[in-house]
Amino acid sequence: MIEKIKLILKSVREYKKYAIITPIFMVGEAAMECAMPFIMGMFVDEIKILSGPESFFHTETGIPVFYLALILLGMAIISLLCGIWGGKFASIASVGLASNLRSDLYKKLASFSFENIDKFSASSLVTRMTTDINNVQNAFQMMIRIVIRAPLMLIFSAVMTFVGGGLMGFIFVALVPIVAFGLFLIIRHAMKVFTRVFKKYDALNESVQENVTGIRVVKAYVREDFEKDKFSSASDNISKEFILGEKIVALNNPLMNTAIHLSNILIIGLGTWIIASTAHFDGKDWVGGQLSLGQMSALITYGIQILMSLMMISMIMVMLALSIESMKRIGEVLQEEPTIKNPENPIMEVKSGSVDFNHVNFKYKSEAEKYALSDIDFHIKSGQFIGVLGSTGSGKTSVVNLISRLYDVTEGEVLVDGHNVKEYDLKTLRDNVSVVLQKNVLFSGTIESNLKWGNEHATEEEMMKACKIAQALEIVKAKEEGLKSKVEQGGSNLSGGQKQRLCIARAILKNPKIMILDDSTSAVDTKTDRLIRKGLKEDLPEMTKIVIAQRISSIEDADQIIVMDNGMINAIGTHEELLKSNEIYREVYQTQNRVGGDK
Amino acid sequence: MPPVRMRERGRAKKGTMKRILKQLFKLYPWQLILSLICLIFNVFGNISSSVFVSLATAALTEAGSKNVNPFIGTYPVTSTFGFTLYTNVTYLIIILGCIYIVGIFASWTWNRTMAIVTHKFLNEFRKKMFAHMEELPIKYFDTHAHGAIMSLYTNDIDTIRQFISQSLPNLIQTGLVSIFVFTIMMITSVWMTLVVVVGFIIMLAVVKGLGGKSSKFFIKQQIALGQVEGNIEESIKGLKVIKVFTHEEKSAEEFDKINDELKSYATTANIHGNIMMPVMGNIGNFLYILCALMGAFIYVFKWKNLSASGYDVISNPGQFAGMIALFLMMSRMFANNVNQFSQQVIFIVMGMAGASRCLDLIDEQKETDDGYVYLCNVKYHKDGTFEETSEHTHDYAWKYRHKDGTLEYRPLQGDIVLDQVDFSYDGNKLVLEDVSIYAHPGQKIAFVGATGAGKTTITNLINRFYDIADGKIRYDGININKIKKADLRKSLGMVLQDTNLFTGTVMENIRYGRLEATDEECIKAAKIANAHDFIIRLPEGYNTMLNGDGSNLSQGQRQLLSIARAAVADAPVMILDEATSSIDTRTERLVQKGTDQLMEGRTVFVIAHRLSTVQNSDAIMVLDHGHIIERGTHDDLIAQKGVYYNLYTGAFELE
Repeated sequence: MIEKIKLILKSVREYKKYAIITPIFMVGEAAMECAMPFIMGMFVDEIKILSGPESFFHTETGIPVFYLALILLGMAIISLLCGIWGGKFASIASVGLASNLRSDLYKKLASFSFENIDKFSASSLVTRMTTDINNVQNAFQMMIRIVIRAPLMLIFSAVMTFVGGGLMGFIFVALVPIVAFGLFLIIRHAMKVFTRVFKKYDALNESVQENVTGIRVVKAYVREDFEKDKFSSASDNISKEFILGEKIVALNNPLMNTAIHLSNILIIGLGTWIIASTAHFDGKDWVGGQLSLGQMSALITYGIQILMSLMMISMIMVMLALSIESMKRIGEVLQEEPTIKNPENPIMEVKSGSVDFNHVNFKYKSEAEKYALSDIDFHIKSGQFIGVLGSTGSGKTSVVNLISRLYDVTEGEVLVDGHNVKEYDLKTLRDNVSVVLQKNVLFSGTIESNLKWGNEHATEEEMMKACKIAQALEIVKAKEEGLKSKVEQGGSNLSGGQKQRLCIARAILKNPKIMILDDSTSAVDTKTDRLIRKGLKEDLPEMTKIVIAQRISSIEDADQIIVMDNGMINAIGTHEELLKSNEIYREVYQTQNRVGGDK
Repeated sequence: MPPVRMRERGRAKKGTMKRILKQLFKLYPWQLILSLICLIFNVFGNISSSVFVSLATAALTEAGSKNVNPFIGTYPVTSTFGFTLYTNVTYLIIILGCIYIVGIFASWTWNRTMAIVTHKFLNEFRKKMFAHMEELPIKYFDTHAHGAIMSLYTNDIDTIRQFISQSLPNLIQTGLVSIFVFTIMMITSVWMTLVVVVGFIIMLAVVKGLGGKSSKFFIKQQIALGQVEGNIEESIKGLKVIKVFTHEEKSAEEFDKINDELKSYATTANIHGNIMMPVMGNIGNFLYILCALMGAFIYVFKWKNLSASGYDVISNPGQFAGMIALFLMMSRMFANNVNQFSQQVIFIVMGMAGASRCLDLIDEQKETDDGYVYLCNVKYHKDGTFEETSEHTHDYAWKYRHKDGTLEYRPLQGDIVLDQVDFSYDGNKLVLEDVSIYAHPGQKIAFVGATGAGKTTITNLINRFYDIADGKIRYDGININKIKKADLRKSLGMVLQDTNLFTGTVMENIRYGRLEATDEECIKAAKIANAHDFIIRLPEGYNTMLNGDGSNLSQGQRQLLSIARAAVADAPVMILDEATSSIDTRTERLVQKGTDQLMEGRTVFVIAHRLSTVQNSDAIMVLDHGHIIERGTHDDLIAQKGVYYNLYTGAFELE
């Protein structure tokens, strides 16, 4: 945990000076706030013995009223400036930390391999980068502003009580531990209740989410009342728990008030006794004693300050405790080491598109018992068209993911252009092995900005050409603004087929040696599908093409078809060969032939 | 359909506070009154204790001047208000103690009561919102971003909590303290009060200035935050694409750009918030010094002091000391209160905006239902007559009461007719035009067409998720508007495009179809849907918990579960909307056996992407832009060599 916190604090970087300077100003503010009641006490004492206009500047007992007023004014100004600067630098430091942290997390995520990514769920990553960072920002701000200030206030005020009040300071020495213990008990109990109830609260909100997204199911099955009852009882339960927690928290106020009031009574009682027994009355005021009336009222102020800073300390404790979970989650991501890294002295060029799998075994997690792929062995020559077929979960995607080193093999080796993929520079390898993923994603922006992912410097001509090959030209042409047309988040303003074709165009623009289409034409009709394949073949003959498909029609003219079953290669051959010899292939063919064939 | 934007963050509708307070008062009048009384006692206690503290010092001075023991015997002590008490320090401490005890008790009572009231109110409010939401028409969910609806239950409710539990008592407290303190100050000295009033005006100006700027940047910050969160979400969902295209650096650059923008707004907003406290606090300090000096001047220069009581305390040497101390204490209390309140301003603004959005949901028009025809289970006798029964049989009848009170039953057969139906989502653009469909009992009707052609819309009209604009839909000869909505939907078993599951066990999710179904019936349904095999391989079989929308299952497995759910519902009419789209062709063949069994003897509406699924339908409707352009059996349509033929032979694209 300490390491995680250290790691998070590393992101302070250029804001370190602000983070350091803030507590200094806070100390300044605290010092003024502590000293002021003392001076104010003197001030009031002096005012009370004023006798005429000249007595503003002269006094026998101490500092004249006029100067005291100036001193106080000066102190207020210092306190104000310290407060403003402290607040400002605290903001800069904490917001800066959060901003750096977000940027660092983003870069960290970008450095992750697929294996790393699979570990975290998408929604948890979003939470880590938003809510959790926000919690850290608040906790950090609290830290630099108050963690030093509050204990200092406590100590300052405590010292002042002894300076100004002599033995009266012991009132607080006795009270503080009792209050601290009381606060500790309250917080401990309340925290227990609240951590429990917050979990339930999250669950309740999840069920609301289910209802919002699944409203059609709820209504179709007429389950409105059922859901209402479910929600009601969950909500009632949470409410009860919340109230239980709040009842504990509500003890806070009486505890503090009792302490403050008790100290007041003790100060007045003891103070009166000390004054009456040690001082003498000079006709206007008590003088010469161990305590003056002004000091007595200053003591009351210090008492409140001591107990308030105690309360603040307890609040910080709660906040820090709450933010620890967030820090843990952020630290987890920061600590995660990318499993796939660039080798030393990497190969910077891929010359051909040949692919060789030599007895490859693969599992997603090292602790998993079952291999996702076992003994995969096949060889592809540069420029070939390879089809991959198999039912869901048979390992098709796993195989192709190894080529661009999205995952590393567990045993065996994968060669591209005769070299082990682990020897290549990652960027070089991935630029030369273009994958159109099963889950196609376009990013918000324009069609052009999305296509340029393939090649930053692509000209309009090149983009149009890629679109032509991918049969996406008509999509671009149908839009008024052509390549500049807007793409909404997740490409929600395009149909599935349109998205797939644009994704293929994007991949073509990379001008790779090997192109992998992972079920990327599923929403495209057979005719267009055929045209895409034709385009790839004719316009990019040198490029190795690996196509994973559900439809036999998409791959029947491949040079080789690999039939996958249960993580193993069931057969390799051409369409005709497989139709004759392979049962799975024949079965799939027959099913689909019933779909598309009986004319 | 573009989602309607919810009310912008930071703006509340007028009258929101009034509505919230009214509801609050209606639900918990006594608790609120009790809290208010305790709050008054609390404030009064705080102030009067200061008065008694100053009285104690006055008594001490008095005892000195009279040269008596301050603790025993009584002697006259003149208070700063001009009245004289015969007392001593001991008595005063005892009174003070009593005031404190009352104050502590009052403060504990109102804190506790308000906390309880807050949570009870939020609970009621939340339940009311949820119950209302469940009754809203589908259209509401189409037109509002789901994230925004969700945030009503989290962020917005939370702002209401803050408002009721903190800002509201604080507002009242500030008001009370101001009144008390102002009165006391006026009684003492009008001149000195003037100093405080001027300070108060400056403070208000600061709150308005700083607070206004702060909330302006706060809103900007929220917008920037939204952008950053959007980018994060998009990047994380597309992380694999980023990696495949080695776009890491470029994406990080873009992210840094908007992240920097957020930083600059957030810093400014945060600074303004942070500065508020020291500025207000030190205005309080300045006020303190000025008041003291003012008092000193009045005393020293023997200015004519004005006071509400007419009694000039300040120029009175005996009381001057105690009076100054008291007045200063009052001015400090006043400043602290305004300072505390200034912290609440932003919460009040946010709370009202949040409440406003929640009330918008509650004000939405509920789904209307004027139906009076009910669905009931019936038991057939041997002679062909039937009677209503409360047990679950496989036979149903429609039941309605004539005006003369007689009940009429009509056996449910599953004859559904759409007669020249028009429909529009927004009242302008027709999505369906002149659609007529005749589904006779036991027939299988299929819809084929591109996305957006209106296939799903038709099924959504049959179950009245939406109401038609023109034309008629009859179910066994009854206009569906006359059928109770719940009963209409109960008679339609639906497997929807989106397979939404709920948190709970697999068994509970299947049972969602019919709550009374036994475990055996659920397992039987799972077998029909071909889901049994994968379910028993789950870690805990049927008792496996599904979390967050069944994310631990594959899309295909979820579809199988939702088919099982429909199977257990055992409704006389079925609607299958892309029920097997995510199941691979081999598995689909197995599921098909199950669904065939499910369809047997039932009227069925099928929407499918794969034409193989609909080939054996009694009638296939080819839809294009809301019109039925071809209809007939598979063979008819192939023979027509029209759109269906082209789709079938793969010449056209469905999307």
